[in-house]
Amino acid sequence: MASAPSKLYSDDVSLVVVLLDTNPFFWSSSSLSFSQFLTHVLAFFNAILTLNQLNQVVVIATGYNSCDYVYDSSSTGNQSVGNGRMPSLCATLLQNLEEFMNKDEQLGKQEPEGRIACSLLSGSLSMALCYIQRVFRSGLLHPQPRILCLQGSPDGPEQYVAIMNAIFSAQRSMVPIDSCYLGAQNSAFLQQASYITGGVHHKPQQLDGLFQYLLTIFGTDLHSRNFLQLPKPVGVDFRASCFCHKNTIDMGYICSVCLSIYCKHLKKCSTCGSVFGQAQTQSDEPSATNRKRKTTDA
Amino acid sequence: MSGAAQVTKRAKYKISVKDPGTPGALRMNDQKLMFMPDNRNSGAKLVVEFKSIQGHKYTKEGSNKPPLINLANAQGGSYIFEFDSYADLHVCRDFVSKVLEKSKETPNAALEKSAVKLPDEQLSEEEMQLRIKLLQENSELQKLHRQFVGGNILTEAEFWAARKKLLDIDPSKKSKQRVGFKSAMISDIRPATDGRTNKVTFSLTPEIILQIFAEKPAVHRAFLNFVPNKMTEMEFWTKYCRAEYLSRTKNYHAVVAEAAEDEELAVFLKEDDILANEVRKKIRRVDPTLDMEADEGDDYTHLPDHGIFRDGTKESNELQSEHYRRTLLQDLNRHAAVVLEGRTIDVEREDSTRALAEALARSKRGNEGADNNANEERLDRTPRVAEIEDLQAPHCLPLAPLSIKDAREYFDSQQANTLKASRDSQASMKCSLSRQEAYGSVRDAISEIKDMGLSDPIVNPEVALKVYSGLTHNISSIKYHLGKNPRETVLDRLPSATKEKLLYHWMSIQELLKHFWSSYPITTPYLYSKVNRLKDALSNIYPQLEVYFWPEFTAFA
Repeated sequence: MASAPSKLYSDDVSLVVVLLDTNPFFWSSSSLSFSQFLTHVLAFFNAILTLNQLNQVVVIATGYNSCDYVYDSSSTGNQSVGNGRMPSLCATLLQNLEEFMNKDEQLGKQEPEGRIACSLLSGSLSMALCYIQRVFRSGLLHPQPRILCLQGSPDGPEQYVAIMNAIFSAQRSMVPIDSCYLGAQNSAFLQQASYITGGVHHKPQQLDGLFQYLLTIFGTDLHSRNFLQLPKPVGVDFRASCFCHKNTIDMGYICSVCLSIYCKHLKKCSTCGSVFGQAQTQSDEPSATNRKRKTTDA
Repeated sequence: MSGAAQVTKRAKYKISVKDPGTPGALRMNDQKLMFMPDNRNSGAKLVVEFKSIQGHKYTKEGSNKPPLINLANAQGGSYIFEFDSYADLHVCRDFVSKVLEKSKETPNAALEKSAVKLPDEQLSEEEMQLRIKLLQENSELQKLHRQFVGGNILTEAEFWAARKKLLDIDPSKKSKQRVGFKSAMISDIRPATDGRTNKVTFSLTPEIILQIFAEKPAVHRAFLNFVPNKMTEMEFWTKYCRAEYLSRTKNYHAVVAEAAEDEELAVFLKEDDILANEVRKKIRRVDPTLDMEADEGDDYTHLPDHGIFRDGTKESNELQSEHYRRTLLQDLNRHAAVVLEGRTIDVEREDSTRALAEALARSKRGNEGADNNANEERLDRTPRVAEIEDLQAPHCLPLAPLSIKDAREYFDSQQANTLKASRDSQASMKCSLSRQEAYGSVRDAISEIKDMGLSDPIVNPEVALKVYSGLTHNISSIKYHLGKNPRETVLDRLPSATKEKLLYHWMSIQELLKHFWSSYPITTPYLYSKVNRLKDALSNIYPQLEVYFWPEFTAFA
């Protein structure tokens, strides 16, 4: 892993790996319809490709059961399919997306239980990072990569470890992760990801102006970000989720050997097997997980 | 309090100095003084609280004036009492001054009282004084102390338990910093020559003597041996000064001649053998694992042909004469070494030169003992450190190997967990469609686009404008709120009174939390009551903060 600046291609050539959230359960209940969303996004891809001749766009679909590469602008196999009503970029992408959705439906068997299911962000992040690594190793001349995460589904706490690992490896390779969150609440994972890797996180207020947001904020290449002012979030939600139940917690126990986070006291760490010392016997130990409960009620 | 709690003396009460005065009895106790005239009907009865007395004046013994004491009160009036004798005056004066002193300390009396109220601890007077002094010096600490110990939230012992480091400093043990030796070589004494009488006068101060002893251990040893057995101090120093004088002259042969005559003088002129020994020891102590060839040849101070001799000549004579010469370099180096070693004894403390010499000898012996131990340790360590890696057995350190379980196991087991409801997922919109329907709708959307193409315009211009202006406003307002100066914090932008209040609250919250968390786990009823007290104190702070800061915060936001 060499540092990115030594592999400079040109200042503002960028490779944007876009992680597109295709969770059908989210899109069917979102105020922005999927077709509108696709419109904005496709126009945005076109815009990126016109900014510089050498720019590259790679799209990875984050599905409910699987993730897959959907489009790569540098591949030569982009045949113009269908009618000539839209550029081949869109046509290819839509074609592949449809196939992906079919495959994804086949893979899943269960119904989601009540709440909106989350998409496999960790999987698509890992795939993006692998692609970028391949680009790094392709030689000295390559564009500056960054990851753009268009996510609407809520965070899946069970993916915490995997996402954090991906974020740290992105940090190490100096790949910024930008994130645009389209859902109702805040996504702690995406905020953390952008914060740690030096990317931009934004939650658009008006979803029908999504294209404008994308172009203004996320279209800027890495070199220009040195002298452009992009919106900064005022605070970042840094809560972790525990390893045993995958609940988001504020206070917990940490294994001193492998730094795994637990929400309650354990005799033995489940990750590395270290045995912990004798705990003080406490009958009315206040629960550390729920911060809303007051500690001494007696 | 030592002394009488009450004093009664015969005195005359005067309104002014010239007043003849009404005879009566003056009684004083801790709180007030009372004057009862002999003649009950004269109406000059007086009861004055000591609280209202500001100061007191009295006439000096030995002056021709009668013994008077003048007590000034807050309103500017004064009470004058004349005593029968000066002895009475002194007694009363002492009593009054004691009472006034005590009353002056009332702000600290509260501190003292609370510090004294320790049923559990036995504190020595010294420790109490230290605590009071610390509180007086540090106003933050005093505020905290008053708030918590005074407010009965924490006891004295608990308050100081967190600050053991402050109390550990025993002021009497703190050593004063001593002035070191001068860099200039004052032991290089130059005499005052008197041309007329051909006398040469040397002046030696204890400081110079101490430096001489430190730099020339042979002279030190000679002093301890010769004085007072063989010669008096005066004689010793005379001989020494003569030796110095001789060695400074260029008349080398005179030096040899005198040395041959006078044994004791020779001691001063000879090479300092103690020094030579020390240097040799130091060389031996050099760690051989250092890549240096350290051997006796490095004792360059005693090699021939080295350095310029004191009297400026450069030739080297026979071996025997080497002993009587010191080089400038030798002296300078020795002086520098002594200055850097530092001073271990105070000149002022020793009364006589003899005591000085003994004290120096003692301190040297102490150092030597430590050196020997260090030396032995070092010799032990050397074979261990200088390992030849090829010949060593492989190191098997007693560590338990870290066993991280197979990661696949972990991720597979999460399939079950994905179905568990997360407590923090605040999904307001529930998916009402079934799986098939959901997928179907997405597919429909894709087909729609494929047929229709991208919409035109992609974004409504008004919406775009709104978005754009919203973004720019957002960016500029963040800049406005967080400030251009990255080092400027939110605190600095508040008015200073608010900032101080905030910091004060922060400090007290920290203190309370520290005690709160340190009392877990709750194993005794005492801890339980303590925790309750702390909890009440903590919950009292919230409304205070809201009352003070809510208006300011709303304006800020």
